[in-house]
Amino acid sequence: MLTNDQLRETMIASAGEDESINLDDEFATRPFTELGFDSLALLETCANLKRSYGIEVPDELLWEFSTPEELVRWVNGTES
Amino acid sequence: MSPTGCAVTGIDVIAPTGLTLDEYWGRTCRGESGIRVIDDFDGRYHNALAGVIPDFVAQKHLPGRLITQTDRVTQLALVAADRALIDSGVDLDQRDPYDCAVVTSNATGGFEFSHREMQRLWTQGRESVSVYQCFAWFYAVNTGQISIRHRLRGPGSVLVAEQAGGLDALGHARRNIRRGRCSMVVAGGMESSFDPWGWVSHQASGNLTPARDPVEGYLPFSPAANGYVPGEGGAMLILEADDAVEPGRGYGHIVGYASGFNPRNDPAYTRPLRRVIEAALAEAELSATDVDVVFADAAGTRADDAGEALALAETFGPYGIPVAAPKSGTGRLMAGAGAVDIVCALLALRDNVIPPAVHVQSTDLPIDLVCETARKTPLNTALVLARGAGGFVSALVLRK
Amino acid sequence: MSVLAPGSLDTDGFWGMISEGRTAIRRISAFDPSQFRSQVAGEIDFDPAAMGLSHREARRLDRASMLAVVCARRAVEQAGLDHSLDPARLGVSVGNAVGSATSIEQEYVVLSDGGAEWFVDQTYQSPHLFDYFTPGSIAREVAQTVGAEGPVGVVSAGCTSGIDSLGHAATLIAEGSADVMLAGATDAPVTPIAVACFDAIRATTPNNDDPAGAARPFDRRRNGFAIAEGAAMLVLEDLEHARERGIPVLGEIAGYGTTCNAYHMTGLTAEGDEMTRAIDQALAEARVSAESIDYVNAHGSGTRQNDLHETSAIKRSLGQYAYQVPISSIKSMVGHSLGAIGSIEVAACLLALQHSLIPPTANLKEPDPKCDLDYVPLAAREAALRTVLTIGSGFGGFQSAMVLRKVDL
Repeated sequence: MLTNDQLRETMIASAGEDESINLDDEFATRPFTELGFDSLALLETCANLKRSYGIEVPDELLWEFSTPEELVRWVNGTES
Repeated sequence: MSPTGCAVTGIDVIAPTGLTLDEYWGRTCRGESGIRVIDDFDGRYHNALAGVIPDFVAQKHLPGRLITQTDRVTQLALVAADRALIDSGVDLDQRDPYDCAVVTSNATGGFEFSHREMQRLWTQGRESVSVYQCFAWFYAVNTGQISIRHRLRGPGSVLVAEQAGGLDALGHARRNIRRGRCSMVVAGGMESSFDPWGWVSHQASGNLTPARDPVEGYLPFSPAANGYVPGEGGAMLILEADDAVEPGRGYGHIVGYASGFNPRNDPAYTRPLRRVIEAALAEAELSATDVDVVFADAAGTRADDAGEALALAETFGPYGIPVAAPKSGTGRLMAGAGAVDIVCALLALRDNVIPPAVHVQSTDLPIDLVCETARKTPLNTALVLARGAGGFVSALVLRK
Repeated sequence: MSVLAPGSLDTDGFWGMISEGRTAIRRISAFDPSQFRSQVAGEIDFDPAAMGLSHREARRLDRASMLAVVCARRAVEQAGLDHSLDPARLGVSVGNAVGSATSIEQEYVVLSDGGAEWFVDQTYQSPHLFDYFTPGSIAREVAQTVGAEGPVGVVSAGCTSGIDSLGHAATLIAEGSADVMLAGATDAPVTPIAVACFDAIRATTPNNDDPAGAARPFDRRRNGFAIAEGAAMLVLEDLEHARERGIPVLGEIAGYGTTCNAYHMTGLTAEGDEMTRAIDQALAEARVSAESIDYVNAHGSGTRQNDLHETSAIKRSLGQYAYQVPISSIKSMVGHSLGAIGSIEVAACLLALQHSLIPPTANLKEPDPKCDLDYVPLAAREAALRTVLTIGSGFGGFQSAMVLRKVDL
């Protein structure tokens, strides 16, 4: 299981935190691009998901997720 | 090509003697030192003295996003560029991005960042390597990040020539302006590589002072000179085409520049250094007698100091010109050095004062070294010299 | 000029390879690549002694320096430079992206004991570590080998360094700072940390089962570049200066342009406007129209993003003519040697001019419908060539272009 909070922490650790990025309660439904997550930040997030939680997102699927929620749903769907 | 030089309209320094321009200049004029024992290493290494920037907190200046993907050297470069742009009063919204460029020098890359990633690779495997490593470590990173932050799309470049690279970056920025490739350049040099792996690499030059007391280390031109102290930091400057700068604005003009090389491992072979001085002055349409002060390379090793003093005596006559060595207070900043010396020289021209060499009581070489206290004297023209390990020599002429 | 590129040991060998469309990409032999995502590279079977380097040079120099020094000596010999030249009028410009990365990593592994110690042990330090630390040492080594006293330096603008170094050298001659410039580029990045950092961003190809077919620029199956090593050094001088010396002239650098995209350290803008501007500048400096370009040597790295970006930029610069001009990427054959490849590609352009032959894009078997220009797939093509364009793009946002022209004797 991956929770929204876990993903949020991983995203912040991967891209850095600053006032321009607001990963608030609504973050999960907002597109990665709108959250300021470019391809590098997303790749780093996935690398950290593997390091922290052993979750492996295949490269070919990486660009299929447009929002954090979709990523979380895929992870939890895959594992269950 | 425009026959004129170009104007420096904005400057900023981050150095061991000051986190801000005012602090740097004040301490430099008072002959204060930013050199100290590098405490992180707990005495474990042969050499211990460094010019360290003590209180730089990147989070105070830069967004978290940029900090995650950058080494300390890039953080320093970004902050200095931000502040130099503000200092210049340039309104980038009114400029064509293709008319504005970035030219920097850096000789060791994002070394600490790379050290961390190599450790991860070799202990945890390739999947632990950061996605940012691919650009955080290379020598072009500062030009790239500054250009992105300020949307500067003109002819960017990165020149490396160890300690001479800072002057080369400014010389090249001026070249871009004179050739009409752009009308504004953010130019400078920055260096920082004091993680343990970087420190041992600095030591490998073989010319670091063995002293552990700052008073005894890096004493350029002194009979007691026993090696140099490496430092971190640098400067960023804003260069603009002369005709775009209204009278009274700015710090001065870069009116001449030349670079060359000494292919012999012999500092007493002075021809290349003399020649770049002559070429830079010729380009400025000035003669040796027009120069009021020389900012020396000031190597801090006996043979190199003697070689530079000889070249100066040959060009200006023995004791023929005041010589400044303010970098004795910061250590040698590699690519950062030339840019800091140019800023220092511009402020010296502005205030008609030559800052003293730090901790140097006297010299036995045939030069008029300004030491112990600053010297007030009318100044209009300054010559800045730099030599990079291996034989690089560059000279740049500034006019009030 | 002299080239050292994967798959060959000299300029003739290099031209033979790329004109026949042979690829040199293979499984990495410099170290065991098993843990890496991308396990293929362009490597040179480089034997320092056979290349004329002394025992001391072989010990002292990083691989990038060795490649540059060998090319420099060969280029100087071909150009017939001798001691009649005033050393103060001779300069050196070396393009390079990642310095002595291979030696730095090898030294690091020893001093840190395989990464175990953050506080590396100075006891194991090589006497040449400082040279590896500062890439100026590469230019110094070349300058010392010819006794240059003119302007000497490294141009380090990432993966456009090889074009920028030559552009810089040409400018120094044009402004009168030197009569002759020994200029080019070198990089030797086939080392674990470099392979790992490109793995991390999926920039390099994972086609490990098919090394020769791994790099596929403009193909719809393309999935990244093959990292490589290489060097090229050229002797540049004012045309009149060369004619006075009475030596054969291999071609002319007619125009050069460079911009920054100021967009992203690794990303490219969709339209490629910054590359378009660099091309336009080079054409303007050469005083030639788009229609007079007979061949475009593409950056053609074979990443998804680059080939679209570049195709767009070429269309924006050359207009309708973009659909007629032959374009190819030699990175399909010799890989992407980062800072070096720009100079190697300039050399390829000069050889193409000389032989009236366009080297192909190897491995381009299934064209990407979105890359809809003529990329000279698989086989070289004879063509009367007078004026050619080479372009490059690199991390940091650098975009560079250079126009090369045949010189009538």
